[in-house]
Amino acid sequence: MKARVTVMLKNGVLDPQGEAVRHALGSLGFDGVEGVRQGKVIELELAPGTTEDTVVQMCEKLLANTVIESYRVEMG
Amino acid sequence: MHAAVLVFPGSNCDRDLAVAFERAGARVSMVWHKETGLPDGVDLVAVPGGFSYGDYLRCGAIAANSPICGALKKHVERGGFALGICNGFQVLTETRLLPGALRRNGNLKYICKPVGLRVETADSAFTAGYAAGQEITVPIAHHDGNYYADDETLKALNDQDRVAFRYADNPNGSVQDIAGLLSENRRVLGMMPHPERMAEPAHGGTDGQAMFRALTDQLETA
Repeated sequence: MKARVTVMLKNGVLDPQGEAVRHALGSLGFDGVEGVRQGKVIELELAPGTTEDTVVQMCEKLLANTVIESYRVEMG
Repeated sequence: MHAAVLVFPGSNCDRDLAVAFERAGARVSMVWHKETGLPDGVDLVAVPGGFSYGDYLRCGAIAANSPICGALKKHVERGGFALGICNGFQVLTETRLLPGALRRNGNLKYICKPVGLRVETADSAFTAGYAAGQEITVPIAHHDGNYYADDETLKALNDQDRVAFRYADNPNGSVQDIAGLLSENRRVLGMMPHPERMAEPAHGGTDGQAMFRALTDQLETA
């Protein structure tokens, strides 16, 4: 059983790494990239029966810093 | 005054911090991250700079959930003092003992250089040795020191005179030039600059010394 957690900086929190990627894409000639946000994906291998609720608790306690980051949990 | 300096795998300013306190006259205990309690009679817990747990996941995130940080939280809840410098500041925000968070520097670079700081308040045991408005020079050495807090938090910090230091020339993109801040009870201070690296003449300056002296004097008589 797996869960995939995507952690992103919240909208409104400046993402300097995303900005740097956007500039780099522009300098490679990729026009039309209006914004880049960079985040991280954390894949969890879970014992059978682990609930999405538990994964949400993991996000709240450790995997995301909810002061500046949002997260999304996908089970399966 | 008895200070406990926490040591995590990857801490690298722990000895410097201990020496700064010792030279100011404090007694210092080094406390390993796996301990679940602090030594008896600790007045202040100091969380040093470095790269606790290799900065994995987020700077300070894993340290904030280590056994010793449970004891740190209890110490602060009891009204104890705590000082977090650099990675220590990141740990204090991750434990939510201080509000806000430290993001990647705005220019994406690791910045290591002396910077000018304006002391914003002398109303704390940490800053009592300075005058409000005084400018001091203290080095920074970080990749993730770009302070962020939402507008409501910033308003509270300003209204309650809890911004301890601002950068004279903002090096990292921190909101409102914030370099260090106090908790609501003024007993917890987090700051990105390193006063322990500017605490004796051999360091090239002594502007950081007043913090360790003030803390040692004030907590001695407390």
